[in-house]
Amino acid sequence: MKSAVVLLPGLNRDRDMIAALTKISGKAPETVWQTDTEIPDVDLIVIPGGFSYGDYLRCGAIAARMPIMNAIREKAEKGVMVMGVCNGFQILLEAGLLPGALMRNASLKFVCREVKLEVSNANTAFTRGYAPGQIIRCPVAHHDGNFFADEETLKRLEGEGQVAFRYAEGTNPNGSINDIAGIVSERGNVLGMMPHPENLIEAAHGGTDGRALFSGVLGIAA
Amino acid sequence: MIKARVTVTLKNGVLDPQGKAIVGALDSLGFEGVNSVRQGKVFDVELDTKDKAQAESHLKAMCDKLLANTVIEDYSVEIA
Repeated sequence: MKSAVVLLPGLNRDRDMIAALTKISGKAPETVWQTDTEIPDVDLIVIPGGFSYGDYLRCGAIAARMPIMNAIREKAEKGVMVMGVCNGFQILLEAGLLPGALMRNASLKFVCREVKLEVSNANTAFTRGYAPGQIIRCPVAHHDGNFFADEETLKRLEGEGQVAFRYAEGTNPNGSINDIAGIVSERGNVLGMMPHPENLIEAAHGGTDGRALFSGVLGIAA
Repeated sequence: MIKARVTVTLKNGVLDPQGKAIVGALDSLGFEGVNSVRQGKVFDVELDTKDKAQAESHLKAMCDKLLANTVIEDYSVEIA
């Protein structure tokens, strides 16, 4: 399986993501720049975290209007796997590839710590490496991770099993509605999540709970 | 040239933690009786046209496509 990482000015987790993908797949991912209009033939496209365009206007708003996003949208429509982490999630929402919005944390504070995630749906391409309901450790680092969707959208997300990850009881760090930490698209090939699985993949990180997400989506034995 | 002001506000029912914090700060400054504050954004836009109707439709399109996130925000356009 081949992957590509999207680079935008102001992202800062791109190297972590490239390192994670390289370690787990054994191959360095391709990189694409925001003004590129074509993406190489890959199975997984990842938008990493950071602060694209300094979070100007709204987190992810400017990045979501860059030329590369049209190419990503086309690939997603063809069924290519797309994953956005943290700012990447914000960008996917702003681009309309996933429903809902991420607002300022309810505490108004930047949260940088470890939380527990519950695998709400282990039947997606991204979560198949986990057991249903499994509780995993995962770091978060964000100021705007407070997921919001209108009632109708929320009903659809819950009803169709589009909630992939939830903050485990008592660990919701940002006020997200229904403790939602990560969602997949209707078709299941686009994932957006606030926590950083790429930062928990080897012993030196203090744990490897994030590994199964990458090995699952890349079709590699964990 | 047309000058316009676009105002973007949070939709009713969308929680505004920043607005709530501002209410708290106003209260601590001694401003009593502030029931609610909702924080929004203002964009002053200059357009190179004389056609007000066209300006308005362009500004609305700009709001739908970029200036507002219509999942959580409403907007209004005022042409000077």
